[in-house]
Amino acid sequence: MSVRTVSQMFAATAGLALVAAVAARAQDAPGGVTTVQVSDEGREVYEQICQACHMADARGGGGAGAAIPALADNPKLAEKDYPIMLLLKGRGGMPWFTDMLTPEQMAAVLTYVRGHFNAYPDPVTVADITRVSTAPPPVRECDTCGK
Amino acid sequence: MLSDMSPRSRRQLLSMIGKAGGGLAMYQAMTVFGHAAETRFTGPPQLTGARKGSTVLVLGAGLAGMLAAHELTKAGYKVQVLEFQDRPGGRNYSVRGGDKIVEVGGAVQNVGYAPGNYLNPGPWRIPHHHRTLLHYTKAFGVELEPFIQLNHNTLVHRKDAFGGKPQRYRELSVDFKGHVAELLGKSLNAGALDSSVTREDKEKLIDAMRQWGVLDGDMKFTGDLRVSAQRGYDKAPGGGVGGAPTPSKINSLSDVLSSQVWSQIGFFFSYVMQTTMFQPKGGMDMIGKGFYRQVGKMVRLNTKVTRIAQDDKGVTANWTDTVTGQSGESKADWMVCTIPATILSQIDIQVSDTKKAALKALPYSNSVKIGLEMKRRFWEEDYSIYGGHSFTDQAIGLVSYPNNNFFQDGPAVLLGAFAGRAGGYQFAGMTPEQRIQTALDMGSVFHPAEYRKEFRTGASVAWSRMPWILGCCASWTEQSREDHYDNLVAMDGRIVLAGEHASYYGCWMEGALLSSLDAIKRLHQRALAA
Ligand SMILES: Cc1cc2nc3c(=O)[nH]c(=O)nc-3n(C[C@H](O)[C@H](O)[C@H](O)COP(=O)(O)OP(=O)(O)OC[C@H]3O[C@@H](n4cnc5c(N)ncnc54)[C@H](O)[C@@H]3O)c2cc1C
Repeated sequence: MSVRTVSQMFAATAGLALVAAVAARAQDAPGGVTTVQVSDEGREVYEQICQACHMADARGGGGAGAAIPALADNPKLAEKDYPIMLLLKGRGGMPWFTDMLTPEQMAAVLTYVRGHFNAYPDPVTVADITRVSTAPPPVRECDTCGK
Repeated sequence: MLSDMSPRSRRQLLSMIGKAGGGLAMYQAMTVFGHAAETRFTGPPQLTGARKGSTVLVLGAGLAGMLAAHELTKAGYKVQVLEFQDRPGGRNYSVRGGDKIVEVGGAVQNVGYAPGNYLNPGPWRIPHHHRTLLHYTKAFGVELEPFIQLNHNTLVHRKDAFGGKPQRYRELSVDFKGHVAELLGKSLNAGALDSSVTREDKEKLIDAMRQWGVLDGDMKFTGDLRVSAQRGYDKAPGGGVGGAPTPSKINSLSDVLSSQVWSQIGFFFSYVMQTTMFQPKGGMDMIGKGFYRQVGKMVRLNTKVTRIAQDDKGVTANWTDTVTGQSGESKADWMVCTIPATILSQIDIQVSDTKKAALKALPYSNSVKIGLEMKRRFWEEDYSIYGGHSFTDQAIGLVSYPNNNFFQDGPAVLLGAFAGRAGGYQFAGMTPEQRIQTALDMGSVFHPAEYRKEFRTGASVAWSRMPWILGCCASWTEQSREDHYDNLVAMDGRIVLAGEHASYYGCWMEGALLSSLDAIKRLHQRALAA
């Protein structure tokens, strides 16, 4: 599996981001650091990450005013920059995934979601991800959730 | 002069200052005494003199909402609280036998724990310096007991250390310390640090390394009996014939490094993770229940707010009764809204665009906790582990042992997973049954002979699938704090937001309470000025 997340990509160029991410994460652990790996394959990234909220059938759930959006048959995904932006920046309750997924994994999972649950077969590439990620990724403050 | 004062007379002086100068003077005085830098809490707010007949609508009966209701009632307001769920407490929650856990997506778990057993799926530990929370737990008669945070006898596991065999935290931490001390001693003696330390300090440091690291006369960490007195013996000291102990063998530096035990050592240094820590007797939700005893009469449960409006006369919340389907409307002069941002950002709410933008810019982290009920306390009986955590680099993160009812026979619930980030998503995406099976597989590294054999029943809470929050806690960044925090907490007409997300003490109950106290003080001022 590839190990360079977008934060690390930026750290290599910007120097600072990675240091900050590590410092902020010091408390964000059950006490220790896990070595959980995420697949590089689009469908598996979906199952290991996205499915937690968007469900196995990508239909989301919940009720009005407390909903998780469906990814299946979602016309907002026609434009690929939109879901790329969501993975890079987060939106509403959804966090950014720059500190969890590599650009390769983002491209793979977006290609899968747009192609498999929707009828947008043109692949999302790493070049697309880099093109959209113009700002340094967010660095999360520590919290106690992961821990 | 100050040093002559007994604690008792100090307290008398403080209360004198408090009476004469009010809370702020008291806080400053306490800080001088080195007592209070740890908290912003200066005691309950003592709000008085609400205008006759003034009303407040509180949305959400978590700790922030119930504290607001309690203190505003004391100040003279008439308060009503609307709560989505069929229970008060919000994230302050315990799961027991007979409970039903219903997830977004439809998964249902019927919890089968034995009577008296519970899982704390959200908050589970309370630092000794969370004074606001400790104040109200005492005031509301919630009994606390120690939370065994640091237990040297628990285990540390990493897949690529020690061939995957878990080691005692005690042995790893002593060995890490010993090797580091030996190396520092070596560099000092070789003069490698002469440009960094004075001669005097160098001598002190060498002495410190010898004692702290338990090094021998040659400044070597060898694992003699003195070291065993810290890390444990091969043959423990006995009585009578053959009572002499034999030392245990230390691990090599490379092995110790591969365990990354410094990450646990560092974890225990975190201010919020330091001993002494507490938990309520009988389950974390005893705190929510304590608050509910004060304000229960004002709370309407099963009431999902769907729309929030205000004008210059008052506030209105539209809601749906989740049991009857009936819809209704509640009105008041003022509002404290503690609905988590994940939900509030989806509700039609009449506040400024900047506040709406703030709500939309606040994603929530994720977490999954799994409680496994075992037929007996094999970790106590077979491993001498009484509370505390065994750590692993697998997705479960840890196994944490119950901190109560030590030495009891009968089933007990241990925490079989506290999974966050990627591991948390992986667990949340599974069915409840898959979660249990995976947690059993992973936890078996610590207790291979017993873990599956003694398993009785399990339950999991995947926070991103809880219908009333869809996440764990607000994730702020330096940038979002700068762009949105002030806008989020600012009073907007007749509405003020409160809760964990509206604090700099995110994801702690203390933060929810501090936010609530600050919000109602500002609301009261505005109401008196109106
Ligand atoms: C996994 C995890 C571990 C944690 N560990 C700790 C810990 O060890 N120690 C600690 O101190 N803290 C811990 N916390 C944090 C702590 O739980 C929170 O900070 C605190 O409980 C938040 O209180 P609150 O009142 O702000 O929000 P909540 O408790 O979430 O209250 C909000 C309320 O609003 C209700 N609501 C939602 N939507 C609507 C609607 N539409 N209409 C009406 N009502 C609605 C909800 O049902 C809920 O009752 C942890 C949290 C989690 C999730």
